[in-house]
Amino acid sequence: MIVLGLATLAFWISGPPPQNGGVRIGFVTTLTTGTGVIGADMRDAFELALDHMGRTMGGLAVWISYEDDAVDPNIGRQATERLVQRDDVNFVSGFIWSNVLLASYQAATDNDVFLIGANAGPSQLAGEACDRNFFSTSWQNDQTTMAMGKVLNDQVSNVYLMAPNYAAGRNMIAGLERTFQGQIVDKTLTQFPDQLDFAAELANIRAAAPESVWVFYPGNFGTQFFQQYSQAGLLGEIPLYSTFSIDALNLPQIGELVEGTQMTQSWSPDMDNPANQKFVADFRAKYGRYPSFYAAQAYDAAMLIRSAVEAVDGDLGDLDGLRQALARADFDSVRGSFLFGENHFPIQDFFLREVVRDSDGVFTTRIVDVVYSDHVDPYAKDCTMQQ
Amino acid sequence: MIPSSPATRWALVLLVALAAAPVLSALADQTFYVFLLTRMMILALAAVSLNLILGYGNMPSFGHAGFLGIGAYTVGILSVRAAETQGGWLVSAALQLPLATLTAAIAAIMIGAVSLRTRGVYFIMITLAFGQMLFSLGVAMEPYGGDDGMTLPLYTTLGPGDLASGPVLYYLVLGLLVLALAGSHRLMQSPFGAVIRGAKSNESRLAALGVPVYRYRLAAFALAGAVCGLAGALLANQGGYVSPALAAWTHSAELVVIVLLGGAGTLFGPLFGALAVIGIEEILSRYTEHWRIIFGPLLILVVLANRGGLSGLFRVRNNG
Amino acid sequence: MTLVLEQALNGIQLGVLLFLLAAGLTLVFGIMNFVNLAHGSLYMIGAYFAATFIPWSGSFIVGALLALAAAAAVGMALEVLIFRRLYHRDHMDQVLATFGLILFFNELVFMVWGPAGMSIAVPSWLAGQVTIIPGVPYPAYRLAVLLAGLAAAAFLHVLVSRTRTGMRIRAGASDRQMAEALGVDIRLLFTGIAGLGAALAALAGLLAAPLRSVHAGMGEDILVLAFVVVVIGGIGSIRGAFVAALGVGLIDTVGRAFLPRALDAIFSDPIADAVAPALSTTLIYLTMVVVLAIRPRGLFPSPGV
Repeated sequence: MIVLGLATLAFWISGPPPQNGGVRIGFVTTLTTGTGVIGADMRDAFELALDHMGRTMGGLAVWISYEDDAVDPNIGRQATERLVQRDDVNFVSGFIWSNVLLASYQAATDNDVFLIGANAGPSQLAGEACDRNFFSTSWQNDQTTMAMGKVLNDQVSNVYLMAPNYAAGRNMIAGLERTFQGQIVDKTLTQFPDQLDFAAELANIRAAAPESVWVFYPGNFGTQFFQQYSQAGLLGEIPLYSTFSIDALNLPQIGELVEGTQMTQSWSPDMDNPANQKFVADFRAKYGRYPSFYAAQAYDAAMLIRSAVEAVDGDLGDLDGLRQALARADFDSVRGSFLFGENHFPIQDFFLREVVRDSDGVFTTRIVDVVYSDHVDPYAKDCTMQQ
Repeated sequence: MIPSSPATRWALVLLVALAAAPVLSALADQTFYVFLLTRMMILALAAVSLNLILGYGNMPSFGHAGFLGIGAYTVGILSVRAAETQGGWLVSAALQLPLATLTAAIAAIMIGAVSLRTRGVYFIMITLAFGQMLFSLGVAMEPYGGDDGMTLPLYTTLGPGDLASGPVLYYLVLGLLVLALAGSHRLMQSPFGAVIRGAKSNESRLAALGVPVYRYRLAAFALAGAVCGLAGALLANQGGYVSPALAAWTHSAELVVIVLLGGAGTLFGPLFGALAVIGIEEILSRYTEHWRIIFGPLLILVVLANRGGLSGLFRVRNNG
Repeated sequence: MTLVLEQALNGIQLGVLLFLLAAGLTLVFGIMNFVNLAHGSLYMIGAYFAATFIPWSGSFIVGALLALAAAAAVGMALEVLIFRRLYHRDHMDQVLATFGLILFFNELVFMVWGPAGMSIAVPSWLAGQVTIIPGVPYPAYRLAVLLAGLAAAAFLHVLVSRTRTGMRIRAGASDRQMAEALGVDIRLLFTGIAGLGAALAALAGLLAAPLRSVHAGMGEDILVLAFVVVVIGGIGSIRGAFVAALGVGLIDTVGRAFLPRALDAIFSDPIADAVAPALSTTLIYLTMVVVLAIRPRGLFPSPGV
């Protein structure tokens, strides 16, 4: 018991490493549970970015801490509090999931710590709840499927929609419904996250005989869905479209099943600007696989932070200067040119991509067409940000 | 009055330390610990309520986190209404806390009425099912964020200040926790408590004596649900956020672990359990994100080593 | 009409998978009076083993058999090291200990097999479709799963009611001391049952794996449903688990297939959209509540197996 007491005391008084004038960054992502592979990918990309900049920004050493949120808003919030209050970070980044982000962001932004979202793009933060200390290097949830809707308009007259029943899934469908003008044969929302078996829904699809099928099943769910879709004999029978369901993380497993299918995205590994070529080549060299879009967004977040730190010559106390530098986004993004809208979400191009094999026979994706140029998200007009 | 055992002494030391913590934190400029300890104490409060039925009464509820959800959403819904209608009275603690408690109590009566007809694993599964149904209800509530949840537009107000995570909330929670512990002790020493504890091992004998065991149990279940609802209201303020995840069965399981680890059916067990779980999670996660691979076997060792969880450890040392 | 038949087939297939998982759970609970929350972890470990052995051996069958053996070994090791020390303890102590096991195994698979999870390809000789209902090409693999599950159920039935071992199992369940007095080696029996339960869970895991993916936490996804089946069927009853599993599988599948449509017809779109998915899940729980209200100890409560 005495030992326990002393341990508790030691834990109490042991604080973070001493502040020695460096840049302190916290990265909250998912490192455990079945979706931990996404967080691992983002961490790998952020690490690569730090390596590329020699682990310094504007002459200051970089201190980085990666925290796990276990897909739980409470844990994510606690991690953010810990980073902001105990570890005195200057920037927080990461956040795969909308609900974790919504629970956590104020712990940073209300305390003048900048939060650079690297994946989740909830409409609240793009619109009415926009915050001057929040920036996103990803996209807003509706945009990518708005692009898909436009693509479908050009290619088919009806479509069967399927997505998991949670906020992001419903956002995706809402985005598609904004732009798609054809007929929606049916809209199926499956139970999230418990439902793993889609036999019933797939049978319904076959019976409905739509002209095309669109799905949103991120991560594991994508792997599961496509395997079952193939099993049901629907592969090749009905043209299949998706968003955020096929990525570099599950392509090794399902590449053969989904070769040739199309999706929309704001980045692709074959984009030919110098920053992206370096990113993809070095990522493959270091980790032996293609980076996913999650990784690309995390890499951009790191580079964005550096550009801001350099713009203020390392004076991290100059919050206004940092904020303006972040808003200027004067860095070489892997997407080529990068521009923030008024609501601190990117104004960017969206592409039509398809699954192909590269020259080594490895599955990846490649751009087929540009769907939107300089697209602004639909919630930007609701944002009245105090600068 | 209160038994003078090593467990009690350590618990009192702990409570004193908790009372001093915010002051120490402010001196060391480490406000994170106030945040962390607030959460720990709220979970301890929820565990005290669960201990009433699981620990003393052998009613293993795996849906108890559902009441956390009810309490939290009561606060959340009132907060949203207050923000929309500029009705400050809607967010006063005097309204929200009792209402959260009452709503949870009503739900507990309804759930308990059905569930308490079963025993053992059947009871576990029925309570788990009800917890999940509450979770689904939260998810279905689109205007309040659905499964995304929502941030509180306005915190609960208490006098001139409010419960935005900080010293005010901290001392309120500490006070409520102490009250709950005292109340739990008194209750279990009373005739009511005797019936609850007696029913754990000798239900048929009690029934033969004409004691309406079912009604006593239902009352205990309702009380437990009510106090847990209060904890939920506090939790909403602590995180500034309500989401259906609060009611998920995994959260119920965490509460069960806290009660069991601390020592089921002991007075201070819930407090020790909460401290241990939150503390170990915090310390271990500094070293690796895979801390659960150590925590899991730790739980197993605690179970294998002795009966009675952490409280049991005190007893063993006392005897040996 | 064919759609209804096809959905019914899907429901039975899901039910059979649930049965495999529930059978092991109900055996261990019924005979050793032990609540094993880590049963889902055995399901997961079985899938991971299969995902490793199948490519290594080059054959689905061989890899599967190896995985079953490995999982049974793990189950038996758990019984010897942990379970048997807790038989005389409160159920809640067993819950806490096996919960610790869940945490341990979930992180273990991460560290051994990496964060990306694994997948098992459907064996090429089962990759096509079979037309057993006219006009409906049904996945051959799902049919195989259905048949395999039914075969396992038959095997269990024969084992428990027709063999010596089964007799010992039933004896040990109803009166342990008497059985011991009559010369049954209870300790060995219990270890064997734990191994059998683990093998059944692993079988469910590896059969399900080509349809789903192999990832950490996959056991907990299905564990609650398995407990629901055990409870509805009656603890300790294999027959009960079978009936309940098929029932739950059918209700879940048919519910998901037709409920949204039905709701659409009655309510307006936004309400139907919001309510339908939630209702499909709660349907299973409601079924359980209703069954327990009528029969508080399940459909086939039995002292033995």
